[in-house]
Amino acid sequence: MNKNISENIIYWLIRIAAYLIVFVVGYIVFDIVIKGLPKLNMDFIMGFPRRSGSEGGILPAIVGTIYLVSGAILVALPLGMFSAIYLTEYARQGRFTRMIRLAIVTLAGVPSIVFGLFGMGLFVIFFGFGASIIAGSFTLSFMILPTIIVSSEEALQAVPQSLREGSLALGATQWQTIYKNVLPYALPGMFTGSILGIGRAAGETAPILLTVAAFYLPRLPSSIFDQVMALPYHLYVLATQHPEADKVLPMQYGTALVLLLIVLIFNLTAIFLRSYFRKKYKW
Amino acid sequence: MKDNLKEIIIKKMLVAAASTSIFIVLLIFLFLGKEALPFITEPGLSELFDSRWIPVSFQKEIFGIIPLITGSVLVTAIAAVFLIPFGVIGAIYISEIATFFEKELLKPFIEILAGIPSVVIGFFGLMILNSMVKDIFDLNTGLTALTGGILLALMAIPTVISISEDAITSVPWSYKEASLALGASKLQTIWRVTVPAALPGIIAAIMLGMGRVIGETMVVLMVTGNAAKISWNPFDSVRTMTATIAAEMGEVAFGSIHYHALFCVGIVLMLVTFGLNMIAQKVLKKYQMR
Repeated sequence: MNKNISENIIYWLIRIAAYLIVFVVGYIVFDIVIKGLPKLNMDFIMGFPRRSGSEGGILPAIVGTIYLVSGAILVALPLGMFSAIYLTEYARQGRFTRMIRLAIVTLAGVPSIVFGLFGMGLFVIFFGFGASIIAGSFTLSFMILPTIIVSSEEALQAVPQSLREGSLALGATQWQTIYKNVLPYALPGMFTGSILGIGRAAGETAPILLTVAAFYLPRLPSSIFDQVMALPYHLYVLATQHPEADKVLPMQYGTALVLLLIVLIFNLTAIFLRSYFRKKYKW
Repeated sequence: MKDNLKEIIIKKMLVAAASTSIFIVLLIFLFLGKEALPFITEPGLSELFDSRWIPVSFQKEIFGIIPLITGSVLVTAIAAVFLIPFGVIGAIYISEIATFFEKELLKPFIEILAGIPSVVIGFFGLMILNSMVKDIFDLNTGLTALTGGILLALMAIPTVISISEDAITSVPWSYKEASLALGASKLQTIWRVTVPAALPGIIAAIMLGMGRVIGETMVVLMVTGNAAKISWNPFDSVRTMTATIAAEMGEVAFGSIHYHALFCVGIVLMLVTFGLNMIAQKVLKKYQMR
């Protein structure tokens, strides 16, 4: 009997610990939504900042983030998809394959600020791009490459072997088989992975800190060699660098909410699509 | 014949794409090394082991990274105190105890947590946790190593939970059945059979989580107060390696000693996370072989 009671207590402790995590996540999201919602109007989203971000809107930061993320995905998506096709369809066990896998794992673990240092050293200084959209996009693309490779591989592996064998048996070449009989079924999964990558790229601050982000630049960029504002960096600046940080609290919460919404919408879409396609293609 | 040529070209292109990952990793090491190397000749590698980091000074700038390393270690240790119990217990709960509906409720929350940008977590820390820590422990400021550690643990929890959960779920049913059949309670089975069997995977999960913690920048930059001094007190302000790079790189003159010193910090950071990652992968691989 005694043993039962103590087991029950431990069960409840475990349960409380697990739900504490849920509570904290809920609290963070709730806090930002409640305090940011009053700011969420057209003037804020479509307006230009004034008085170094104390007033006005955040349009340049939103546009900057969109540019950076589009650039990153434009580079990372083809690279990641082709890498995954090679790894699942062509690669044999061996030294080269092991090296690729090691590189992907390493890349996934590189701290974001080190990506920033590297991007600065390579793109900003060595290639002479200066702090620019192109430097920031490339840096972000390297950062999300592992995410895209891994989820693309999963999508390819989920396509049953028999589909490949059937095509090969009919005399199709390997690429014809992949192109006509494997990719169509794997593409949805691959795009899901890239949506996750977009979410990550949109929220990262450290890599763009040293490669592109502008403190205050109330206009839209005209070329890929321009500096831009970006949402995560704008939030950081408003919260810690702004001379009147206390007075611009609503601006901070508004920016945080817009950033959170963008990232969560991408993530939830990816999660939804993943379960949708898993159900749709049951082999 | 034409088909054949096309196949070969395509394969070559795919190989090239797959090689970019290797290429990027090599480039990262190369560029960090290239920009850090001048520090060895001027002012010399031994300067790096000074116990003071004074990058801007009228007399003599000092670039000892020891206080930055201790800062990172302290924050990481505090994060571990929260991360390990909550991460492992969360994983045990989700994989072994939770009902189906609870799982469907818990998992999206973990995925949302994984998606929240670090700057937003840092912002939350600045706005809410900062004053909570200040009031609870009656401090002058809430911008302490403790505040940073708690937030970092929170950020790494999804990593630890998802990998530990995989390890726990992959423990064969026969182990648990055998234990239950011998009269062990469910909790005893979890504690004495399931968790020990999944331990290598759980340890790898914790190490990957710690890798994330050490490499995280924005949260520590925003909430740890950024005082570069050697301290083991969780209620002190500390400055981590990541925060130092982020805070100072923007203002430093290209090619100055300070510039090279920051790249040295970057190399240390890269090597630590690389090492943690490699060990974790080794453990995971060995574990999967069984």
